[in-house]
Amino acid sequence: MNNYLILSFVLVPFLGFLLTISTPEHRERIISNITIFAIGTTFFSLLGFVIYWAFSGAIPFSINELTLYSSEKYMFLIIFYFDAVTATYLLAGAFIAFLIVRYCSYYMHLEKGYRRFFDTILFFYFSYNFTVLSGNFETLFMGWEMLGISSFLLIAFYRERYLPVRNAVKVFSIYRIGDIGILLTMWASHHLWHENISFMKLKSMSLEAGFLAGHDQLGLFIAICLLVAASAKSAQFPFSAWVPRAMEGPTPSSAIFYGSLSIHFGVFLLIRTMPFWEQQPIARILIALVGLTTALTSYFTSKVQPTIKTQIAYASISQIGLMFVEIALGFETLALVHFVGNAFLRTYQLLVSPSVVSYLIREQFYYFKPQAPKKLHFLSKGLRYSLFLFALREFELDTLMSKFVFKPFKKIGNRLNFLTYKNVFYYFVPIYLLGWLLFTLEHHFPVWLNESLPVLFAGIALIMIMRAFTEHKYPRLAWLLVAMGHFWIALAIMHNEKFGMIELAWYLGGVVFSAGLGWFFLEKLRKQEKFLFKLHRYYGHIYEHPRLAMAFFLSTLGLMGFPITTTFIGEDLIFSHIHENQLILAFLVSSCFVIGGIALIRIYARLFLGSHAKVYHETPLQSA
Amino acid sequence: MDSQIFEEKVVLQNLQHYLPHQNPLKDFVHHNTLNSFQNLPFHEALETASSYFGYKTYLQLKEYRALYAQNKINHAILDRIICEAKGKENLAEWKKKLIEEHYDTAWRNRLGYLHHSWDRAYQLNIEKEVHTFLFRLVGSYVDQGISMEKFPTESSSFLEAIKILEANSFLVKIFQSKRVRHLLLHTECSITSLLDILVGDQSLYEQYLFDQQFAHAGWSGMVAVLEHHHETLLDERQISLEDFIIFELLLEIDALDRKFGEKGWTSLNNHIKTVITPIFAPIVKRPLFEVYAFWQEAYEWTLYDQVLSGLQQVPKDKNLSKESKYDFQAIFCIDDRECSFRRYVEQFGNTQTFGTAGFFNLEFYFQPENGKFFTKSCPAPVNPKYLIKETKAKQHHHKHDAHFSRISRNLLGGWLVSQTIGFWSAIQLAWNIFKPSETPALVSSFRHMDHDSVLQFECKSLNAPKDHDLQIGFTIDEMINRLEALLKSIGLTKNFSDLVYLIGHGASSVNNTHYAGYDCGACSGRAGSVNARIGAAMANKPEVREGLAKKGIEIPETTQFLGALHDTTRDEIDFYDENILSESNNILHKKNKEIFKKSLAYNAKERSRRFALIDSHQSAEKVHEEVKLRALSLFEPRPEWNHASNAMCIVGRRETNKHLFLDRRSFLNSYDYAQDLEGKYLLGILQAVAPVCGGINLEYYFSKVDNQRLGAGSKLPHNVIGLIGVANGLDGDLRTGLPLQMLNIHDTLRLLVVVEHFPAVVLQTIKKNPATYQWFANYWVHLVVIDPETTKLYRFTNENQNAQWIDYEPITKKIPSVKNIEEVFENTSENLPIYLFK
Repeated sequence: MNNYLILSFVLVPFLGFLLTISTPEHRERIISNITIFAIGTTFFSLLGFVIYWAFSGAIPFSINELTLYSSEKYMFLIIFYFDAVTATYLLAGAFIAFLIVRYCSYYMHLEKGYRRFFDTILFFYFSYNFTVLSGNFETLFMGWEMLGISSFLLIAFYRERYLPVRNAVKVFSIYRIGDIGILLTMWASHHLWHENISFMKLKSMSLEAGFLAGHDQLGLFIAICLLVAASAKSAQFPFSAWVPRAMEGPTPSSAIFYGSLSIHFGVFLLIRTMPFWEQQPIARILIALVGLTTALTSYFTSKVQPTIKTQIAYASISQIGLMFVEIALGFETLALVHFVGNAFLRTYQLLVSPSVVSYLIREQFYYFKPQAPKKLHFLSKGLRYSLFLFALREFELDTLMSKFVFKPFKKIGNRLNFLTYKNVFYYFVPIYLLGWLLFTLEHHFPVWLNESLPVLFAGIALIMIMRAFTEHKYPRLAWLLVAMGHFWIALAIMHNEKFGMIELAWYLGGVVFSAGLGWFFLEKLRKQEKFLFKLHRYYGHIYEHPRLAMAFFLSTLGLMGFPITTTFIGEDLIFSHIHENQLILAFLVSSCFVIGGIALIRIYARLFLGSHAKVYHETPLQSA
Repeated sequence: MDSQIFEEKVVLQNLQHYLPHQNPLKDFVHHNTLNSFQNLPFHEALETASSYFGYKTYLQLKEYRALYAQNKINHAILDRIICEAKGKENLAEWKKKLIEEHYDTAWRNRLGYLHHSWDRAYQLNIEKEVHTFLFRLVGSYVDQGISMEKFPTESSSFLEAIKILEANSFLVKIFQSKRVRHLLLHTECSITSLLDILVGDQSLYEQYLFDQQFAHAGWSGMVAVLEHHHETLLDERQISLEDFIIFELLLEIDALDRKFGEKGWTSLNNHIKTVITPIFAPIVKRPLFEVYAFWQEAYEWTLYDQVLSGLQQVPKDKNLSKESKYDFQAIFCIDDRECSFRRYVEQFGNTQTFGTAGFFNLEFYFQPENGKFFTKSCPAPVNPKYLIKETKAKQHHHKHDAHFSRISRNLLGGWLVSQTIGFWSAIQLAWNIFKPSETPALVSSFRHMDHDSVLQFECKSLNAPKDHDLQIGFTIDEMINRLEALLKSIGLTKNFSDLVYLIGHGASSVNNTHYAGYDCGACSGRAGSVNARIGAAMANKPEVREGLAKKGIEIPETTQFLGALHDTTRDEIDFYDENILSESNNILHKKNKEIFKKSLAYNAKERSRRFALIDSHQSAEKVHEEVKLRALSLFEPRPEWNHASNAMCIVGRRETNKHLFLDRRSFLNSYDYAQDLEGKYLLGILQAVAPVCGGINLEYYFSKVDNQRLGAGSKLPHNVIGLIGVANGLDGDLRTGLPLQMLNIHDTLRLLVVVEHFPAVVLQTIKKNPATYQWFANYWVHLVVIDPETTKLYRFTNENQNAQWIDYEPITKKIPSVKNIEEVFENTSENLPIYLFK
């Protein structure tokens, strides 16, 4: 019984999603009614279930829903887990989502992309529930990935304008970088427990003494990885600057996403993974420090911002910083209450943000007092001005991100300009084949060579992917490089440990399939738009080729290991073959996956999104 | 060459001329978006603007062709227009061009190429480097109250403030380049000197500045407006376009220095390899634009032709000069939204209605009780010398709401608020979504002035103390003059009924940043309640009546005037000072109120056909209730349609157009030519009609044809900046023009002004005011005169500056007639043709 009900919390929104995408574009009523119905029924059945569950003792439970892959050593399970945290997040999410979709059914009337909006909201809601219900890291990661994509789609909702598209790519990138944390956590926990441990089990184990004993360093490593993932998702220091930049979609979507639900996933992740870090004082101090730093910087930032949404965004982030502190101090129940209150408050504040004009102007009209120069101020003028400028510039966090993360990528990538079509084919294909040859001869090599070969190959994979990330001219080359990156990773792992042919097929099967499809679609676009087919600007081809764009987008998702192809499970398999002492290899591989995803979404965005390169219809300026 | 020397002052003036002239949100007034091109004839201006700046100025060719295919462009009218211009022999050829020929419709423009040369020379997207911080800083400087901490040096002018910040801040600097810091702090950095560094060739400077400023025309335009009208910000700032440009140039140098080092780049003139067409070089005419012009004219005359034909068909049996007494008379605003309401008031009672500009010829500033500032209550270009003060207001004009309070954005305050009020928000939100009700965020026209307050509108002596150099109230003579002009211009000088209503209008909405654009345009985007109320009070004064009688307007003693306000969004009406009514009039008034009530309900029902979510088949009362909720609903981006679909303005006796169904598309100004044979009052009317109605009409036109650049785009993602404007997201430029949500049902037709008078008088009249004349002479509005005696039509033309009347013979002969208009509009939400009432 529980099993089916829990399943319905993810299946109903997903069914709604399938229904809306197959409804004709102009049938606004049908589209919004399906959405309202799907989310409404979820909300009410959830409400009923939570009450029933609370009265019957509120005992956490876990359900093995589906085994996607299983071998002797390794199982990929989809597990759902239900406890008070799940209940809180599900209820708050369902309530807000229900109100928002009802709101939007009127608000979005006659908007171009009405259906796309509801599709995306439903997909988001499905991913939200999926993530909140997840009972192990694999399930969580699936949800996490889907959230990232739905976020990308909502930010880039106004896809014909430059800024939303640029910011969507930016936010997506930061999300992915946070994902490195989760990937590495998954990898490390594999080795701690030699299985895909469920949160339920984790929790019961943590009650026993000596949990994590003897794994202090690994424990701290996991805690830091989790903190990075949580900070990226919840826009904590130093990732804060993405939130205001994400407010490019219709106001209610910003409200549900960046004001209330999505933004609180860092808090969720920390509470969910408490067993990992609660016994480590250093981890707790780190979490509290991140929270406190964020609370302060965001508070000062929000104080001086002249735009309403930015201000609400930073006010919300600073509260989340406090939640981090609360969690670090062990008040996770308080943090949960705080989350719900903050989510409601910011949703409402964002929704009524247009009213701020008339409201504050009226207030000014009736209560205006010219500001008297402050005579006494405990800060010196210089310090005050510095703080003001610093806060106005969001503590340079946006610049910092690009300076220390994206710039280095680009620099490395630009150094790799020698990787052209020709070189790729003439040098790397033979080297690759040589790599396979080496594999068969492996047992003749000295140990040190055998140990460094995987790192070397993963390094080559990363080089290919970095190059793809910075490619300015040839979309097909960038595409090819990412696909080849996957092959190099496979080779690296083959050298590392016995990696069965079946496992290889799981991993590379999806890659070959999506890469092939994507190539075909790219070819098709290139034939039609010969002169508008590069990567150094946005071309907006979706205006004339919406179907092609959709098809290519799906191939992109497949190639980046999104849970629609077998590659997704393959990626997880890969990690299970990286040893506990091979941190560098794990880091290289996870970087490949993450940056590969960014490179792919960049190809899609540059070719299909942004201001249309053809100007026979009205097009917006870059600054619009 | 002399002409290539860069003159800063001239270029600045030039920039100000072409930049958008849109006020901060609270003072939003409709105006012709392309008013800087008004010195050219309409079609020429549109082609010119398009070639200079890349604006899209017509519908797409395929859209016109689709309209033609659907018969929304009349085939016969298109033929006639082509024949008139090109001769009958060329008809076939031109029709082919219009209907089939393929044109390259991509528009090329001259703007931006030079500025983008940075990209070509150094792979540097300079706009991306500079815009974010530029907008942020100027936004912070002019911010009217969004940020909790004000700009620390706000009392200084913009550039001074930058200097003070840069000189004193030690941890963070605005500029990273030492050179730029030196330029700012220790030199007289002028635009020219900075351009010497950046561009290096004087012949390119003007072009460079245009490229640079038009890359963010919203902010530049706003700065230009604030430079000249700093009083439009309640919390005033000193900012000039010059300061703003200097700052941007410094930022650009800083960006280049930062990337390449001081020595690592050279001025732009070294990197220009091709010849750049100057923005203002003579344009090369494209045949495509001639095609557009024909289509546009045909589209417009398709509707005009019906109206004009209809106006000729005044039913013979109706006695135009009715001498019997009406139940009441009501004077409304000229506004197109009153068009249908008046129709119902006339239908449900034996009544007579008039239309005039809704400030009722009373120009003044209004100060509500406890208000710290004045608001203008007359057309925007007028600068009144009078002030009306409100006292004894019972209601507070301003209610508080914790959601807008700053506490929630504080650190600890936010902690408390989110755990307490946060939960209340959820309830409030749920409540508003399922059952919309009034919140403090509502902008209600009824709150403009308190219903029971006392207005000080009489000035007893010219020596009375003044407030800010404004005379408080009007003297009796001043009242008499204004009322005389009002009554004579609308032709209400005799046959007064017992009750005469003066009905101003305003709108209500929530979550609407452009709320000022919904109120009365003739009252500078405010509700017209104060004007209506004091207008009525003045007309009730015995001294005023005496004075009016001397001027030939005898108002019977039994007649009383009553002021009222019509809320066009909720279709509600509020009457003021009802306690002054005599006993008999009070009884009448109660009856009249019923007529108003019924008319409002039917008006709401007629409007509801355009509201997707309301079933117009329901009873008027039921629909009315649903319509009322729109103004309170947070989720409703279209509380009302405002002026959308406006297309004409009829200046004449109401009796001559009462038989036509004009579908809320017409401004209606009452005017009796017989009482004004010399056109004295006509001049006053047209002086208001052209800029006010024409301005509204053209703002709708341009916002619709190029919603991305001349309009504000979709309002759904808008972010409020500094309480003065809206932008997309965090880094966007301010958006000017109207958002898409105001335009969906609008047809892009110019305004047709029809005047009922003799052509000679009208021509003579319009020529009296050159500014007004330009509107007609350059076809920014069409003008047709209908001869009141013969009902012959004359179209105004000004080919080759030769103003003349051309006979107009409507092609439409038969106008469909309709008995029950309700049945028609219940079943369609489309724009309707003109109907004759049976």
